[in-house]
Amino acid sequence: MMADITHSQAAPADVRVRPIGKPMGRSAGVRGGRGGTGWAAFGFIAPAWLYVAAFYVYPLAGNVRMSFQDYTVTSFFTGRAPFVGWRNYEAVWRDPAFAKTVVNTVAFTVGSLLFQFGIGLALAVFFQRRFPLGGVLRSLLLVPWLLPLVVSGTAWRWIMETDSGVLNQALMQVHLIDQPIPWLASTSVSLLSVTLVNIWVGIPFNMVILYGGLQGIPVHLYEAAALDGAGAWQRFRHITLPLLRPVTAVVLTLGLIYTLKVFDVIMVLTQGGPANSSQTLTTFAYDLSFQRLTFGHGAVVGNLLIVVAVVFAFVYLRATRDGEGRAAA
Amino acid sequence: MTTVRRFATTAAGVLILAVMLFPLYWMVNASLLPSTELVGSEPAWLPIHATFDGYRNALSSQGGHLLTSLYVSLGTVAVTLLIAVPAAYGLAQLRAAGGRLLVFALLIAQMIPGIVMANALYVAADALHLINSPLALVLADSTLSVPFAVLILHAFMRTVPAEVREAAAIDGASRLRTLVSIILPVSRNAVITAGLFSFLFAWADFLFGVTLTSRDERAPITVGIYRFIGAHMSDWNSVMATGVMASVPVAVLLVVAQRYVAAGITAGSVKD
Repeated sequence: MMADITHSQAAPADVRVRPIGKPMGRSAGVRGGRGGTGWAAFGFIAPAWLYVAAFYVYPLAGNVRMSFQDYTVTSFFTGRAPFVGWRNYEAVWRDPAFAKTVVNTVAFTVGSLLFQFGIGLALAVFFQRRFPLGGVLRSLLLVPWLLPLVVSGTAWRWIMETDSGVLNQALMQVHLIDQPIPWLASTSVSLLSVTLVNIWVGIPFNMVILYGGLQGIPVHLYEAAALDGAGAWQRFRHITLPLLRPVTAVVLTLGLIYTLKVFDVIMVLTQGGPANSSQTLTTFAYDLSFQRLTFGHGAVVGNLLIVVAVVFAFVYLRATRDGEGRAAA
Repeated sequence: MTTVRRFATTAAGVLILAVMLFPLYWMVNASLLPSTELVGSEPAWLPIHATFDGYRNALSSQGGHLLTSLYVSLGTVAVTLLIAVPAAYGLAQLRAAGGRLLVFALLIAQMIPGIVMANALYVAADALHLINSPLALVLADSTLSVPFAVLILHAFMRTVPAEVREAAAIDGASRLRTLVSIILPVSRNAVITAGLFSFLFAWADFLFGVTLTSRDERAPITVGIYRFIGAHMSDWNSVMATGVMASVPVAVLLVVAQRYVAAGITAGSVKD
């Protein structure tokens, strides 16, 4: 789900692991087909095609076009935005915030993925045990995933408040710190803070998918290994991890695509600030377009995001296909 | 495992849950605490002197945003199902030409960063004078849910045996008639799941809300909260009450439609 539920965090369907190359509707269609139904049936999917054209292809193409145009505030009154070649690209490249933003995006993404995955896997392994209330507790863990990110982000903003936030108060009470840390207001920790919150956001998603993967590992493998005298760690290392590889590939690529899209969390917590210290490519694109009203520059950063997303989308599609192949082998 | 160990595991599970859900508890707690207890140097762990002032403030300033979100989300559900149900039927049951390409396009579409969409949709909405229009928000929000809905309905409708459809055809039913009176009732659960998640996605949307509405009274609740924090930084009591109220529809859906939520999540996570 959901993700950049989406979600947009996180949309659960993104997690579908059906390979693209396989024929669709084989079960129903092939036997039922009397030949020639394909084009007559096109009318049913035609609206969806129109929709794809209007709401995905057109915006994508529009974004590419905008990146070569000089959009200013007046463009929206006059409807005119002259073409300026690669000048927008040069301007973004020279923007002192750009390099900082790229570094931030890499740190934010790698940090988020690493810990979301690690903690998600630990929880998935934990909830594999059978114990009273296990199922209930596991499904309650998903609640943060279904809430609007603006809401949970706001709760975190209150927790991380410098003076009256509970995080600082608790850390001071146990004498771990003796000065309140300005979690969201300091250039040196703001990126760490938004990464921490994003890790929290992503844990349920990772746990659900990895839990599903764990359920797919045959129990008898563990039993056989236990009979051979393998300890819990050895079983995890030599059975769980290798057999979880295909699911791991899916979780990490999807996680990466989601993390690049993260917008709500950062906006609510820091707006990318202070002084761009927690700015990522997504919030930077927003800032360029909607705060500085240089839509051409925003489109340039948007295009960069598209390229990265497409590259990893193909990595994802390959990973799912390889995963299928390995599972079948 | 012995009984003692099993209950120890449950205790550990409760502890994990408590840590993970703490931010939500802290939101509810702050929504009930009087302002004087919110600014103290010691945290107030329980809302002993509970007050509903925050909720009163939140309702009077955010009630309109909640309504906007409600009808935008319902509109998104309608648009999404209108596109997705026929598409899934055409893909799964009728082997429509170009179907594989459509599924591929939808999978890729899910990965387009929202900010790219917002950039282009803003310019388009501006040209069409649709900024601040709920219609623009409905259409933009539907881009979050159409791919999901098509894929989940497609996965379900593939499992409906062809014989069901053929029997209807022999009885003289048209394809459309078959969809409406045979396939839809059979796929009821998948339709509810798709609609439910469309609602949740639209309800949670912030990016399109913040880019496509400039007039405050037209903004959805997520944008309402965002601007509310900006304007009332110190009034955490009311801010948190707004957060709780924005979570209510999600909580209601979780309770009322629990098995559809579970279906949506597992449909996403389990291989078919």
